[in-house]
Amino acid sequence: MEMLARTALHLLLLLLVAPLLQGVIVRTKALFAGRVGAPLLQPYHDLARLLRKECVVSRTTTWVFLAGPAAGVAVPILAALFMPFGALPAPIAFTGDLLLFVYLFGVARFFTVASALDTGSSFEGMGGAREVTFACLAEPIVLFCLIVLARIADALSLTALLGPHLAATWRGPAGLSLGLVVVCLLVVLLVENSRIPFDDPNTHLELTMIHEVMVLDHSGPPLAMVLYGAALKLMVLGAPIVRLLLPVNTGSWAGDALVFLGGMLLLAMLIGVIESIMARLRLVRIPQVLIGTTMLSGFALVLVLR
Amino acid sequence: MSPLRAAVPLTNGGAIPLADLPLLGRGHFTGALLAEVAEGARVAAYFAAPAGRVLELYAILARDAHSDLAVLRTEIGSDYPSLASRCPELQLFEREIAEQYGSIPTAHPWFKPVRFHRSWNGRDAWGRGAERPQPAVQEFYRVEGEEIHEVAVGPVHAGVIEPGHFRFQCHGELVMHLEIALGYQHRDVERLLLGGPHPATPHQLETVAGDTSIGHATAWSHVSEALGGGSVPPRGEALRLVALELERLANHVGDIGALAGDVGFLPTAAFCGRLRGDYLNATAVLCGSRFGRGLVRPGGVAAELSDEQAATLRERLATVARDTRGALELFFDTPSVLARLEGTGHVAVEDAAAVGLVGVAARACGLVRDARKHHPLGGYRTAGIEPAVKWGGDVFARAAVRQREIDDSLALVDRTLAALPPGPVRAENGSPRPKSLAVALVEGWRGEVVHAALTDAAGRFSRYKIVDPSFRNWTGLALALRGEQISDFPLCNKSFNLSYCGFDL
Repeated sequence: MEMLARTALHLLLLLLVAPLLQGVIVRTKALFAGRVGAPLLQPYHDLARLLRKECVVSRTTTWVFLAGPAAGVAVPILAALFMPFGALPAPIAFTGDLLLFVYLFGVARFFTVASALDTGSSFEGMGGAREVTFACLAEPIVLFCLIVLARIADALSLTALLGPHLAATWRGPAGLSLGLVVVCLLVVLLVENSRIPFDDPNTHLELTMIHEVMVLDHSGPPLAMVLYGAALKLMVLGAPIVRLLLPVNTGSWAGDALVFLGGMLLLAMLIGVIESIMARLRLVRIPQVLIGTTMLSGFALVLVLR
Repeated sequence: MSPLRAAVPLTNGGAIPLADLPLLGRGHFTGALLAEVAEGARVAAYFAAPAGRVLELYAILARDAHSDLAVLRTEIGSDYPSLASRCPELQLFEREIAEQYGSIPTAHPWFKPVRFHRSWNGRDAWGRGAERPQPAVQEFYRVEGEEIHEVAVGPVHAGVIEPGHFRFQCHGELVMHLEIALGYQHRDVERLLLGGPHPATPHQLETVAGDTSIGHATAWSHVSEALGGGSVPPRGEALRLVALELERLANHVGDIGALAGDVGFLPTAAFCGRLRGDYLNATAVLCGSRFGRGLVRPGGVAAELSDEQAATLRERLATVARDTRGALELFFDTPSVLARLEGTGHVAVEDAAAVGLVGVAARACGLVRDARKHHPLGGYRTAGIEPAVKWGGDVFARAAVRQREIDDSLALVDRTLAALPPGPVRAENGSPRPKSLAVALVEGWRGEVVHAALTDAAGRFSRYKIVDPSFRNWTGLALALRGEQISDFPLCNKSFNLSYCGFDL
């Protein structure tokens, strides 16, 4: 019974709060630009509006086209089951679940890219090529980071990796590694969620897009699923960063949930600030930044292996 | 007669009776034109006009070093040898003439339609049918190879902008070649003006390119004054200068904002969007229209500005100027922005000179070309303009030229408003001289706007030629993309910010 309640709380947090983070990012950017900005709940209205709309599907596409948005929503929900939200443990934990977590997103990417290629548009092909290239470079960063955490925790499940021992680790000799891991995971968060400086979620210029260009042909409910999936992904990938930075265990469910939510909102604001004070990177520079970050995560590993 | 003396000199904003313009032989014309170009002259306009059964070909050359123009005239039939290989800046003009009159420049290296309209005399150079040709229906240059892919963009774009078709030949992310096909907005402006000036003429000219309303209206007014022998009162000249500089400010500030938006740099994008509106509103104080419609007219300006209004406007602009400088400083001081702009979309100075770039794009390549300095008219004669020249030839240089021009224009507007000469703003213009050619070069915000008019025996327009700066500079954009990343196209495009309708006429 308690297991069921925990899972329900976990999923409710994810499903209800995820779009709010998008609203916080947009609002932060608006404040930097000197505007009032859209209401915080605008993403929910947008999703509701899209769900009511008609769905236009090109005649040249097949079922693969609609599999992209479906996988885009299903995968983050599934992956969330392995990811502890702050001090709240994940509903499912087993040895080695971290690999499943990483490659679940690989599955989602496969379907998104396949769905983009299914349209036969040259833009979407370019977007797919870019997405896959950058994902290849981001993957080792995530794995290095997880190995560092696994070495510190001496365990192989995400719940154990992000357990209550982190508060003590920060003060110990491995604190420096944890710092590097946070930086690396933040880079991955920005790349994976197509945020500035790697991608611009607001641009209308199809030639410069990475992720957005792959979903150009979606409309109505499938587009709502794409947007909702992106919001879920931001929350799931942001969760380990929040946990690393706020390793607080209050002892009560409600307290843990509040700490986690507060951390997520702060993280969304941080993303908003980064997007406001930086320009986008030139596309050819992105691999260089990612390789640099991989080396950083490698150093983090070397430091804990000493 | 030596080739050099074959060209008839003319000052900017002047008129010359056609009788004083010798009809040169073909060889003589070619020799004189190439000799002038070799000595540093630029082709400001190159157009044909029907004369009985044949066509007369006019070349108007701008001799920047001498601050004057030179005019050449010859006759051509249904074909004539192309000069495009020897003087590349003529290539687009020759194609334009071919499209308008079906006169074929033989051995033209890139003989394709320009605007995809029917010819004006029923003789089509490409043998196309009687219906209006569809834009972008042509053979595009293709790069062959297994790994080459072609990307077609437009005519419908993702933003709310004008239509145009872009065809990229790419190797991965690398652009090997870009070909641009325009003509979707062809309104046949030049033929609408025939027999004019009509009551609709000023409105048609103000909408040749909506963002250059004041530039085109000013050029037309200078042409009309040259033909009518009218002179503009000093206060009218000063107000024209203020209007043209406000148009420059509004567009330059808007362009920097658009560049910031493209690189995802939010603060400057947001500030410049607002500030552009402030400059447009300042123009509305002058004449009631944010785009300066109905302001500049032959003989002066059609709206009075009292000294009190001028003082208020100055105060308002002082506040806007402070905000503008702040937004620009933020933009040019942010390393991630500079990393994005520097080295992107490079055009070599030799290429810029060869294809005859004008305006911001030319000055960013190191070419000292500014009609306000070399061929000043009206208030610019005493304004002491120093062209803003940068050497990079990249997106950064084009942004930096705009930044300096914003600074210079702010100072110039302030100076002019502070010392507005007293007196009327408009004088009577006489009736236009018959059988004459009048030319005016005006440095609009984007570059040199050229208007040339031929009048018939009654003084009506028998040919009116408009050369918008976009007509020359689209070629520059295609060159800037060679060897660039395709993802940098929008940024390069914004840094040129060319007009589609100004090209399409």
